[in-house]
Amino acid sequence: MGNGTSIGRVRGLGSAHHGAHHWLVQRTTAIGNVVLMAWLLISFVMLGDFGYDSVTKWLTQPVAAVPMILLVISLFWHARLGLQVVTEDYVHDTGTKFAVLSALNLATIGGGAFAIFSVAALAFGGQA
Amino acid sequence: MKTRPLSPHLQIWRWGPHMLVSILHRATGDGMALVGLGVLVWWLGALASGPEAYATFQAAMGSPIGLVVLVGLSWAFFTHLMSGLRHFVLDIGAGYELTTNRFWSIASPAIAVLLTMAFWAVMLTK
Repeated sequence: MGNGTSIGRVRGLGSAHHGAHHWLVQRTTAIGNVVLMAWLLISFVMLGDFGYDSVTKWLTQPVAAVPMILLVISLFWHARLGLQVVTEDYVHDTGTKFAVLSALNLATIGGGAFAIFSVAALAFGGQA
Repeated sequence: MKTRPLSPHLQIWRWGPHMLVSILHRATGDGMALVGLGVLVWWLGALASGPEAYATFQAAMGSPIGLVVLVGLSWAFFTHLMSGLRHFVLDIGAGYELTTNRFWSIASPAIAVLLTMAFWAVMLTK
């Protein structure tokens, strides 16, 4: 980068061209959240009884387990993108920003994987 | 001409509804990401771990602090939902007229409070 000419000095310093993708995925996961959270809240109202037997009986059905797994993916992805923007707004030191974003990736992928595995373990009948 | 700060901070601006709805969107989003996802993961993990772990979760959520957290999360959800829907309208280029923008900046969080009350009313009377 940079051979001393005016174009050479600025080349590569502009947008990484990932902004539009980030923006769009934040919206697509937002739509997913609206649809799936509506499903979850309606399910809560219809469920009524939040005892262990009642909730597991509901959640082990494919029609509940699949949207729950999709909800976990959509929520964690959306949260990861949102917290990334907050981090980029307030954490300016390059090294610290890298560390925070790495921790954010670990936490959201780890938490999401744990939640998905829990639903799958219930649905497949094995107690984790 | 008076000396004015070039890049004022939050304390210097005069607060308006647009600023409130903007910061509420971020605050409720962060709150749900940090607390709400924790509760969700705990709930699903407790279900998968069996009745005893689930009883611990239920006891925690049924406690006064737990109920405050759950009601707070539901309020955060409806507030983020309403300001998020407002963002979708702004994204298509609509709703920037000053009076319209001001109206929905006030209406979004207000409708969210009503939705929160309606949700718990339905939940508790079922």
